[in-house]
Amino acid sequence: MSTATPPPVPDQVADAATSAASTAATAVAEAPIVKKGKSAAGNAARAVTSPWASAFAVVMALAWTTPTLGLFVTSFRNQEDIQTSGWWTAFTTPFTLENYATAFNGGSDNGTPLSGFFVNSIVIAIPCVLLPLLLASLAAYAFAWIDFPFRNALFVGVFALQIVPLQIALLPLAQFFQSMGIGGSFWALWLSHSAFALPLAVYLLHNFMKEIPSSLLEAARVDGAGHVRTFFQVLLPLITPALASFGIFQFLWVWNDLLVALTMLGGSPGRSPITMALNQLSGTWGDKWFLTSAGAFISIAVPVAVFLSLQRYFVRGLLAGGTKG
Amino acid sequence: MSPSLFIAATETTGDKFLTLFIGVAVFAAVFLGILILASLFKGRTGERVQALAFVGPTILFIALALVYPAILTVRRAFYSGKFFDLNFGTPRTRGKFVGTENFEKLWTTPGLTEVFRNTALWVILVPLLATGLGLLYAILIDRAKGEALSKALIFLPMAISMVGATLIWKFVYNWNGALEADGSPVEQVGLVNAIVTKLGMDPINFLGEAPLNTFALIVIMIWIQAGFAMTVLSAAIKAIPDEILEAARMDGVGGLKMFRFITLPSIRSSVIVVLTTIGIGTLKAFDIVQASSGGKLRDSVLANEFYTRSFVTQEPGLGAAIAIVIFVLVMPIIIFNIIQMRKDA
Repeated sequence: MSTATPPPVPDQVADAATSAASTAATAVAEAPIVKKGKSAAGNAARAVTSPWASAFAVVMALAWTTPTLGLFVTSFRNQEDIQTSGWWTAFTTPFTLENYATAFNGGSDNGTPLSGFFVNSIVIAIPCVLLPLLLASLAAYAFAWIDFPFRNALFVGVFALQIVPLQIALLPLAQFFQSMGIGGSFWALWLSHSAFALPLAVYLLHNFMKEIPSSLLEAARVDGAGHVRTFFQVLLPLITPALASFGIFQFLWVWNDLLVALTMLGGSPGRSPITMALNQLSGTWGDKWFLTSAGAFISIAVPVAVFLSLQRYFVRGLLAGGTKG
Repeated sequence: MSPSLFIAATETTGDKFLTLFIGVAVFAAVFLGILILASLFKGRTGERVQALAFVGPTILFIALALVYPAILTVRRAFYSGKFFDLNFGTPRTRGKFVGTENFEKLWTTPGLTEVFRNTALWVILVPLLATGLGLLYAILIDRAKGEALSKALIFLPMAISMVGATLIWKFVYNWNGALEADGSPVEQVGLVNAIVTKLGMDPINFLGEAPLNTFALIVIMIWIQAGFAMTVLSAAIKAIPDEILEAARMDGVGGLKMFRFITLPSIRSSVIVVLTTIGIGTLKAFDIVQASSGGKLRDSVLANEFYTRSFVTQEPGLGAAIAIVIFVLVMPIIIFNIIQMRKDA
């Protein structure tokens, strides 16, 4: 996953994109009706004499899927087969689920079962998603709908902090947690991931909240609702998609993170997330591809499942500027 | 609360989930506390207090965990010593103010020139190729049969961690230098080398030899980022108003001309956003190099060097200097981006 902080895509593009994304999600169902016609791109594509264009698209799709497929097939093969023949000959050799069992639970070949690291990843990721969502939704609400001194200056300040690469804060922060007595703990990871996420979260949620018609909020006001009630009863239900977008982003980011975990957990390998374990094991397991391949897919399974089931929100967040560092 | 409350010496899975539960409960309590506090105040001053209660925690959090550490890092870059804490260790090993010495080390330390060269290759090649391929693919599959599926195939690598992606590609690049009795290379299980040997050449150690390994790793980053480019640009293409296309078509514009004079100018700002976003991401990406060789095979980049110098070789001053270089390199790109956005808006 990208680790960058783009400004948002221009509004009209983002809007069109959101609808395009939802269209894409339903497109499979409507597939038989192929809409050909008024599209600049379609035109350009047809100019590049169609068969060649399609051929190139197919080649690219293959190039993008084959590497993953290769390791996936490998993860179901015996150690011996993996070492003596290419995965593309796999249909001639037996398949096995043993690699997954050994990688996950440990065994004679594997002294570091991944199950514990898998648990760590879950324990790390959930609060890392919840905390910035809770804090940022409150801050975004105030920035969008409460008038207070220095509001714009503070908001620009928070927005601008997106550009600070997390590298620049890592070392002192790790030191800080150490001196507070929570160095190497889950708390250190939760707090640092949340801090790094906040600028983007505030910015994204603010943009969504700003778009809610002020008449809705005024109506709540007239009914005598304070900010707390307005926040819960009017805004939260309306920005659920935005919360979902950011939540998915943050989840994928935290689950896939290596740098923050390495920095914050240096002294306590027992709390390593699965990415950190894999990174180390790719060294110690060396050519044990039967373990590495299964291990890789154990770690990949969760983000891919999240991504596939919630793709719509993911794309929407992406188009609203939702990648970060 | 005492530290021992946070950290158990040996943790079982149950302990970990208990910590998780406590963490979530604490965070939820903070959240509810803020709301209850805010709801106690009414009227004009109440408005101010509520704003403070809503914004305050976030501002405080960011100030403590982001701004303050960043300032410390900047200061650290001007001091010597083996520890980040300047007062740590014996009086002899404590950090001393050394002016710009750490920044001069960026040029004088053996190997770092190569790191800068590698980083330049990454930052030039990845954005250009990922954006180019993403755009091409977006155009080719636009409104074609099975568009959603075609997109998902290219997009999926974005959900995979860079560590996972690197493992996937390590297997693609797998190299076996052993020879058969007759001197021919043994059967290769890595896809690329299998093709190479089929073509009659000797297998290539893609990840072992510089500068080839840098290019091999760059391919991985392109593989990850093309999906992002494709998604954003595909959305931009779909947002071009039909009237413009219709008008152009009436004027007899078509094919590549349509792309050059209508499509590309219309999505120009999106292309720039994509290029710069990927550029920044590439500059900060450390996982791929780390998971491949750790940067030991002359394939290191700045982000990886930051980690190595800060944590492995214990040169936090140099590490801080590298972090500042990354920050300084990223900043103009983002400022340019914001100005660009303003112009378009």
